[in-house]
Amino acid sequence: MALPAFLMFVAFGIIPLIGVLVLSFTQWDGIGKINPAGFDSWRTVLSDPDLIHALWITFLIMALSWAFQTPISLLIGVYLAGHQRYREILAVIYFVPLLLSSAALAITYKALLDPNFGLGPGLKIPLLTQDWLGRDNLALGVVVFVVSWQFIPFHSLIYQSGVRQIPKAMYEASEIDGAGRVRQFFSITLPQLKYTVITSSTLMVVGSLTFFDLIFVLTAGGPGDATRALALDMYKRGFQANLMGPASAIAVILVLVGLALALLLRRLGGRDAAESQMEGV
Amino acid sequence: MERSILSRRNFLGLSMGAAAGVALAGCGSSGPGTASGGGNSAGAASYWYLTGQPGEGIRTNSVNRFNQANPNTKLTATTFQNDAYKTKIKTAIGAGQAPTIIWGWGGGTLRTYAQAGQVEDLTSWFGENAAVKDRLFPSSFGAATIDGKIYAMPAETVQPIVLFYNKRAFEKIKAEPPQSWGDIMDLVPKFNAAKIAPFSLGGQSRWTNMMWLEFLFDRIGGSEVFQAVFDGQKDAWSNPAAIDALTKMQDLVKADGFIKGFSSITADSNADQALLYTGKAAMMLHGTWTYGNMATAGGDFVSSGSLGYMNFPGIDGGKGDVSDTVGNPGQYLSISSKATAEQKETAKNFFKTAVLSDAEVKEWVDSGSVPIVKGTESAFGASKDADFLKFVYNTSANAKVFAQSWDQALSPTAAEKLLDNIAQLFQLKVTPQQWATNMNGVIGQ
Repeated sequence: MALPAFLMFVAFGIIPLIGVLVLSFTQWDGIGKINPAGFDSWRTVLSDPDLIHALWITFLIMALSWAFQTPISLLIGVYLAGHQRYREILAVIYFVPLLLSSAALAITYKALLDPNFGLGPGLKIPLLTQDWLGRDNLALGVVVFVVSWQFIPFHSLIYQSGVRQIPKAMYEASEIDGAGRVRQFFSITLPQLKYTVITSSTLMVVGSLTFFDLIFVLTAGGPGDATRALALDMYKRGFQANLMGPASAIAVILVLVGLALALLLRRLGGRDAAESQMEGV
Repeated sequence: MERSILSRRNFLGLSMGAAAGVALAGCGSSGPGTASGGGNSAGAASYWYLTGQPGEGIRTNSVNRFNQANPNTKLTATTFQNDAYKTKIKTAIGAGQAPTIIWGWGGGTLRTYAQAGQVEDLTSWFGENAAVKDRLFPSSFGAATIDGKIYAMPAETVQPIVLFYNKRAFEKIKAEPPQSWGDIMDLVPKFNAAKIAPFSLGGQSRWTNMMWLEFLFDRIGGSEVFQAVFDGQKDAWSNPAAIDALTKMQDLVKADGFIKGFSSITADSNADQALLYTGKAAMMLHGTWTYGNMATAGGDFVSSGSLGYMNFPGIDGGKGDVSDTVGNPGQYLSISSKATAEQKETAKNFFKTAVLSDAEVKEWVDSGSVPIVKGTESAFGASKDADFLKFVYNTSANAKVFAQSWDQALSPTAAEKLLDNIAQLFQLKVTPQQWATNMNGVIGQ
């Protein structure tokens, strides 16, 4: 089992990574010859104010989409873990956004939010008739919203399975002690889900580094550079401006930031991360 | 029990799965590079071009006609959307997966292909086939010629950028089309007061904004201002005429000259054209290639004569010639140097017998475009779009200078920087001076 997975990881994970690292020390337009260029690309990228801006935008999207997704996913996950009527049907409906490709989502939202031909002007609702993708903060908000809309079902699923693993005995005991549902949620469900929260957050945070397709189709980084996140910046430099060297340098930065964040989040889990809180262990 | 260990494994598994998935998807998309599905003979070739009517249909018809006449050396066509294609074709060429026939705009991008030895030098072929060359507009060869050698076959149509306007909107506020920059600035508050946007603009595409600067630069300082940039002169963007043009541009943005939300509208969706023909906007600076779509999608807008068009007006005190225009002097077909000898032969045969054949020329004229073939004026009279065709023909033929679009003329590196900065200029995030400083940094790259 482990060997094929390892080979896949080397072939599609490690080798491209080394390729990108090598490319970051070259000068290449993607078409002609590859020329060694030492630290030129790194100097260009690190002294470019656009990099700081792209990092900031990436961080904003990461933080806002985490803050938006986590509470909602948690609540939906807890709800779905119960045994109410129609729960299965609702679960299927909640899951629909995850089945759509990011590009399709982006095109749909772009059409719906069009200030002249979209949902707002169509239904004559002034509140919806905003220049959603044409103003800096609104555009960033829309990106966060659409990303969250797409991924909340996935994280709900993680929380659902987490909640299902909490022993029933804990709830039964707390009921005898007279705890209500809210008290149960904060005193049993939430603490027991600690590691699920960390897993889900890691996926959200590291995943948000690679948001590209959705932003590219929705805003193309605009207006101006208001939603130009790091992955998009990398693409624009590499494939539109034909600067593969600096683009590769940004790719390496992306990998490093991703690894650092993943490690940090594991640390946040605390030293007891490998221990269990399950009863009787 | 083991939940935390499981989560780490899950995470690793997920990340590996995702990496593999992405990589595999990448493998799958390299398909069209080979001549698959185009018949079994060695001469079967591939051809990539753009979607979007009416051009897509006409290109496809030409391929079909060619394939019927040459059943043993068929062409396989693959189509792409405009902005997506620009990236796709570069990546494919860089990866050695180029189609046999490469559709393009000539200019700076063609230069990078030629310098990397990725496209065939067609100079001697045109020498042997003088008849093919002589029937085309001589002006169309400029963007195909790199350092004195011809690397592409000019094709399709001449597409100047013109000022379109909605006559119904002008009747509504009882005004006349602008004859000067002063008129334009006077019209802006009048249209805004009537709740009509003065100008439609698909600003997210960025090159749409660029068309404005191309005309402002030319009308204020003459064609030599951009020529200096193109020639790589130091600090050429800081020319006083350039600063004046950039300032006037921002004045128009500040005066609400463009439709609300222009920076989130893309040209690929044709929403900018829809704004004009639905009367939400009064004017639009755009390429003549939009005419065909406005005629088919705009209801009776074009057929009722409500669409007006004119060359960009002059600017008081400007040095530029008001007959000058800018746009695409043609479209360009190159042959990949990585193709086999048989494939190259098929491509050349396609150039000779199918590209701008009489049938194709007729289709372009019927769609409201002017093909780059000499002597087509006589066919205009019979067309329902005769007036527009004559206007495009005269604008192109009478232009003292027919400049190529900046983003096509410059190298991809400089063009991307230019488009980025133009977007910032329209967002009022940079001043004209900052803009010029930013752009001076990439002159000659």
